[in-house]
Amino acid sequence: MTDQAAVEFDTAGVKKKFMFVNSKAPYGTIYALEVLEMILISAAFEQHAVIAFVDDGVYQIKKGHNTKATGMKNFSPTYGVVEMEKEDADEDEDIDMVWRIVVEKESMEARGLTEDDFGVEVEVLDSAELAELMAEQEVVLAG
Amino acid sequence: MNKLHTVNKSPFDRSALETCLRLAKSGSSVLLIEDGVYAALAGTAKSGMIEGRKGDLKFYVLGADLDARGLSEKPMIDGVETVDYGGFVDLVCEHDSVHSWL
Amino acid sequence: MKIGVLVNEGPFTHQASDSAYHFTKAAIEKGHDVMRVFFYYDGVNNANKLSEPQSDDRNLVKMWGELANEHNVDLVVCVAAALRRGIKDEILADGFRISGLGQLIELGMAADRMVVFGD
Repeated sequence: MTDQAAVEFDTAGVKKKFMFVNSKAPYGTIYALEVLEMILISAAFEQHAVIAFVDDGVYQIKKGHNTKATGMKNFSPTYGVVEMEKEDADEDEDIDMVWRIVVEKESMEARGLTEDDFGVEVEVLDSAELAELMAEQEVVLAG
Repeated sequence: MNKLHTVNKSPFDRSALETCLRLAKSGSSVLLIEDGVYAALAGTAKSGMIEGRKGDLKFYVLGADLDARGLSEKPMIDGVETVDYGGFVDLVCEHDSVHSWL
Repeated sequence: MKIGVLVNEGPFTHQASDSAYHFTKAAIEKGHDVMRVFFYYDGVNNANKLSEPQSDDRNLVKMWGELANEHNVDLVVCVAAALRRGIKDEILADGFRISGLGQLIELGMAADRMVVFGD
């Protein structure tokens, strides 16, 4: 960390609807991994979040990643952590944090995938439903 | 919520514009920047993408990026409005939130 | 209006940093408060003081630094992304500081608008 003075914001009581858009396949680029890191950090701030998988992003949550021969880090277990954060938030009445993990139906079907292919539990929304949900989000972060 | 969508890649190169148009709600706006400006040109194989949504989406294109690519003299799709960086800022403020399609 | 900017790509390889810079500059000229520009993924490379572009080309690293100093814009580089890419204090350009990813979430919470520039 640097000496340059940290700038503090007053965010007490702020609760926003964040959307994290995952649209890229895993491993070919780093976006999948680094968006995941953003998602996990956001849990500490108890913000609402929609974690959306569209286009090739649906491949990120496909079961059975085996990265041994590529030498890359298999980060797919981290999606399980995201799922756990969501479940904890759902169960804990003291936390006002709504997280949704959603997959676009058209993206999934175009790639010959079904919900059974995914390593986490997702809500499958068609384009119209996802468009409605996206329209409500206040802060959209993508990779 | 009235959203501003930005697309920065050519429709010939990436599917970002296609995905954006599939998921952009009626009444929102789309700003084309960087290589995304090619989608604003009339008479290309991809012009239909924007032509088809002029009825329910408002389209803008960043002039600086058209100029950079030598496109300012080329016919644009009717109704696509050219803005500068100041106009980009205004669009961001006039809409409730921004979705950059990467 | 309070505006937050996220830059996902490094200088030169993508236009993202240029676009973000011109957007930020225009926002400041219009009197808006660009609260923070956060650099993530390869965007951390915008903070590398060793960058030496050709003399007849723009120097993005310097441009961002000047913007920070002239207009008090908070330029934050994500520590995790920076470490991966070898961006450390010893090569950090003037005007930038390295901090945690939480600063991006806080920016999203505090700003009225958030704009992302990337690939």
